[in-house]
Amino acid sequence: MATDIDMATAIAVSVLLVIGSLFSVLAALGLLRFPDLYTRMHAASKAGTIGSGLLLLAAGIHAFDTAILLRALAGFAFFVLTAPISAHLLAKAAHQAGYKLTNLSVTDQLPQPKQKSGNIHTKDR
Amino acid sequence: MTFIAVNLMLTLIWAAVSGSFTIHNLLLGFAVGALSLWLVREQFPASLHRVRPVKLLLLAALFFKELMLSAVKVAIMVLRPNMRLRPGIFAFPLTLTRDFEITLLANLITLTPGTLSVDVSEDRKILYVHALDCHDPAAERRAISSGFERRIREAFPA
Repeated sequence: MATDIDMATAIAVSVLLVIGSLFSVLAALGLLRFPDLYTRMHAASKAGTIGSGLLLLAAGIHAFDTAILLRALAGFAFFVLTAPISAHLLAKAAHQAGYKLTNLSVTDQLPQPKQKSGNIHTKDR
Repeated sequence: MTFIAVNLMLTLIWAAVSGSFTIHNLLLGFAVGALSLWLVREQFPASLHRVRPVKLLLLAALFFKELMLSAVKVAIMVLRPNMRLRPGIFAFPLTLTRDFEITLLANLITLTPGTLSVDVSEDRKILYVHALDCHDPAAERRAISSGFERRIREAFPA
């Protein structure tokens, strides 16, 4: 029986590792392929969070130890808490500095800081 | 009173994360918890907000579902040869008023499909959201206000 349980955890850990790595790779690819900072932050904050979360979960299950699993879960919780804040701050700082949205953009309803007005194309709908 | 309750909670989390429930470790956790609460004493609310546990669980479930969907959606988008992006920033009128609710909503929005909180207006009435697909801002607004915003209001009654 013990081998069956070992096998099941091994399979679960492998699946989590593969899927987690896949999301991490796709997050990196997204950083390369998306056209501007704002769209890139989408890839970094979402696919990156899921990728590292699944990898941490895999590490926690593999250790087969509640203390380590709880620490892995805490790591994931902190990732979920902090990733959106860094994405938000980067996007906000970029917008205030007058960094343009990509030409593909359809709308920008966020008002510009006064001295920068006219620096960015604004096509409100 | 709330201070003690939060400190006990922090103690338990400390014991869980450090993986030992011995009396020494619990005391150490209590001391560290008290120290960290002392550091944020200025921002600490006089009383804790009322929470509906079941609704909070519903909110958490909705969040994890949306997080998975959003990661898959971004992943598919990245793999498409022609990404067909229609990005943009739209304004979302907030009906939530308390700071922690707005913070929670902004964080949840960032981790869900195709949307990213960029900024909140000075008077805290408007949240500016960047969307990967922004050809229909009205639909995005409806989705947020009937999804996360409603769930947050249910979980934290005034």
